[in-house]
Amino acid sequence: MSKLAHIETSVAQSAAEEISAYMAEQEKKSLLRFLTCGSVDDGKSTLIGRLLYDTKLIFEDQLAALQNDSRKHGTNGEDIDFALLVDGLEAEREQGITIDVAYRFFSTPKRKFIVADTPGHEQYTRNMATGASTADLAIVLVDARQGILRQTRRHSFIASLLGIRNIVLAVNKIDLIDYSQDVFETIVKQYQEFASELGFKTIQAIPLSARFGDNVIGPSENLGWYEGPSLLQHLENVALDDADATRPFRFPVQFVNRPNLDFRGFSGTIASGTVSPGDEVVVAKSGKVSRVKRIATWDGDLDQAGEGQAVTIVLEDEVEVSRGNMLVSPDNRPEVADQFAAHLVWFSEAPLIPGRSYILRTETDQVTATITDLKYRVDINSFAQEAAKSLDLNEVGVVNISTQEAIAFDGYKSNRSTGSFILIDRLTNATVGAGMIDFALRRASNVHWQALDVDKASRANQKDQKPAVVWFTGLSGSGKSTVANLVEKRLAALGKHTYILDGDNVRHGLNRDLGFTEEDRVENIRRVGEVAKLMVDAGLIVLVSFISPFVAERRMVRELLGDGEFMEVYVDTPFEECARRDPKGLYAKALRGEIKNFTGVDSPYEVPENPELHLKTVGRTTEELASEVEKLLTDRGIIFNFDHSSWSI
Amino acid sequence: MTFMTKNLTHLQRLEAEAIHIFREVAATFANPVMMYSIGKDSSVMLHLAMKAFYPAKPPFPFLHVDSTWKFKEMIAFRDSEADRLGFDLRVHSNQEGIEQGISPFVHGSNTHTHIMKTVALRQALDKYGFDAAFGGARRDEEKARAKERIFSFRNAQHSWDPKNQRPEMWKIYNTRVAKGESIRVFPISNWTELDVWQYIMQENIPIVPLYFAAKRPVVERDGMLIMRDDERMQLLPGEVLQEKMVRFRTLGCYPLTGAVESEAATLPEIVSEMLISRTSERQGRMIDRDEAGSMEKKKREGYF
Repeated sequence: MSKLAHIETSVAQSAAEEISAYMAEQEKKSLLRFLTCGSVDDGKSTLIGRLLYDTKLIFEDQLAALQNDSRKHGTNGEDIDFALLVDGLEAEREQGITIDVAYRFFSTPKRKFIVADTPGHEQYTRNMATGASTADLAIVLVDARQGILRQTRRHSFIASLLGIRNIVLAVNKIDLIDYSQDVFETIVKQYQEFASELGFKTIQAIPLSARFGDNVIGPSENLGWYEGPSLLQHLENVALDDADATRPFRFPVQFVNRPNLDFRGFSGTIASGTVSPGDEVVVAKSGKVSRVKRIATWDGDLDQAGEGQAVTIVLEDEVEVSRGNMLVSPDNRPEVADQFAAHLVWFSEAPLIPGRSYILRTETDQVTATITDLKYRVDINSFAQEAAKSLDLNEVGVVNISTQEAIAFDGYKSNRSTGSFILIDRLTNATVGAGMIDFALRRASNVHWQALDVDKASRANQKDQKPAVVWFTGLSGSGKSTVANLVEKRLAALGKHTYILDGDNVRHGLNRDLGFTEEDRVENIRRVGEVAKLMVDAGLIVLVSFISPFVAERRMVRELLGDGEFMEVYVDTPFEECARRDPKGLYAKALRGEIKNFTGVDSPYEVPENPELHLKTVGRTTEELASEVEKLLTDRGIIFNFDHSSWSI
Repeated sequence: MTFMTKNLTHLQRLEAEAIHIFREVAATFANPVMMYSIGKDSSVMLHLAMKAFYPAKPPFPFLHVDSTWKFKEMIAFRDSEADRLGFDLRVHSNQEGIEQGISPFVHGSNTHTHIMKTVALRQALDKYGFDAAFGGARRDEEKARAKERIFSFRNAQHSWDPKNQRPEMWKIYNTRVAKGESIRVFPISNWTELDVWQYIMQENIPIVPLYFAAKRPVVERDGMLIMRDDERMQLLPGEVLQEKMVRFRTLGCYPLTGAVESEAATLPEIVSEMLISRTSERQGRMIDRDEAGSMEKKKREGYF
């Protein structure tokens, strides 16, 4: 071997050693996830750009592109605009704003960091909440010239709601107020006053200039009066909550792993606590007890596993466990309930409406859910509780929720993983809200169903019929009541026991207190649905004649009832024809603007997608239409065979 | 006194997060697929998928969209990995593109990428009706990626609407789609390039040898070192084929992937080189250089 080659080899060897040592160091670092939030133009993106730049995480090619971009889109004249490093979407760069959360990564010799840069505009609050839901700390930026703004309060409130306990109050653009200590202290005092209600563990206030780098990485000569840490020093040293092994064991089951008959394992991520082979565990929903046989992983079986680990648990016994259930410690179990109270942040343009049904999703479970009560809305500015009928985009409220089946959960304050959920719109599949569970409602666990000896089947037998709901939906004046009326007459002639629930009639009594807003229409249908259900229970054939314009509510009623008990009849008469008939003179009024929220005029009608019967009324007689409904009832076994031709009333 | 569990290391946390995501998809989608691009990130993804479902095999197929311009060593590596681990490998190429003779040399990188990758991918997704597709993209790679959700919704035309992404709270993923719609899923979103290399070292994950420096025949063209992997690459006047000690930081179609001169022939040497590098890994890709904001544009068209 030549001398030169020998030297090169030893250099390579020492490089390898150095790298191994470096890697070992990397492995020991802790991870801090934080977000930047605050009002528009407070300099959030600029601050992150500055952090990345000063910690040498911007590559040459990225810097060249940034200089290029700064000339094109920048707002700092000839200087580099650091915000353009994180505002990655075309629309963001064109408008000079942040629309969605960006995730960035950097590290120092002490820690690794994942930063969520979140938007300041109120309309994008849901993207700020997305960033906050996985963060341990929030940097709330304030423009020193502006002081505390509405968004400062909103973001601090949402951070608190989502369980963030550490706040950095970054008073930015301090250079623009001549590094004034007085202004800084006034802002800090204002912030502490309102934040005292928000339950933060630490609030570190730091005066800084993201644009010029004062107090970002190290101390600044311009801020000699400030004695606290720089931003980065604080981020490197703030105490993190360690996983606490004394918390109760929670294992939400994600996936049942069953490759062959010899192996049946439950896969998931441990939400809290620890587990070892031999430990007794309980299946949360059934209360069945078993023991852990193995904790199986690709790297071999484990003696112990704890919070945050993704493992596969094999039990000693063949107990029934499926996705959505939880394995838990026997002496400290979660709640299992179908009614609970929760804080809710609303994300959708379409308002939250009590009574409407949504899909509720926890980390692994999914059920149908209804908001049974909107207790109050929280005013973001004063944190006051206000009465409300609905929640609009970006509003926060406290609600009672009822789910179709019981779910297993903990309070969000004691466990972020098992105490959180999202709500999904059933039609669009959009994520419309995020919730944090406060507590189970006792009435769910203590009010048990009274078992009755005479049941639905025996009541129906007595009447010699099969109970059902025939739901007529369509525009006002489409002919729903006329057809329903004739069908009832014919059923009565056959000796069947029936009842008609008519929209107009019910509004004179049971629903006298309801108007025609979207919220009231939903409640209107919910009550009628419940009444129809009671009548079915009593063994009746119920004919319901309601405009019922929304798919979601018609589906809600369908799900209240048993299989085959609900039949949707779409009475399809074109708008022009209904307006021409106008039996009650309502269309004329609505078109003159004298009636608000009139279906088909200024309130939508959502056409049924798969009705059991689609009745096109134009050019047909009421008798023909009623016969079609009878045929449906015959086909579905509600009434029994008879000869259509012999019918004449 | 409170008794603390041993806190997980940085890589253990990232690994657990990725495994959780793999399982979430397997449990909630009818017909998922993993996009297998043969690069180092795909190697890491494959390893994580094997871990997530152990002792079972991953319950979904692996799809390679073959532009027909990949390095020969990539194809050989792909086939040997499928043999070694026994996963269900499917390969799709855009036959119309092949018949039209689409070539990055003749048609340019934009047209080639669009027809042989983006359109080919859409064809494959439509052909098999996949409702979820795993990709190995990371948020540290590029500005548009930094904005993307882990579960990223695509409409029936496979396009991304960056201004209207679903909120993604905690570890609760909205996996619901209507017929024809799908979700792209990125389990290693929160990994950095350094994390990927560190994990490859820690877990001894096999990667394509092209990542390691070796003498290879290269041509300097448009400021990039292009390896002549087969006869389809014609030398232009004035170009010379040179044997150089080079390696690749990222792998794709060989005419579009620049090599870097390097002596790094082992994993520690690669990491060492990466730590002192002053350019980002995607710089070697022509696709990102064509126009500003080009990644977002391609993603909206259905690119991964």
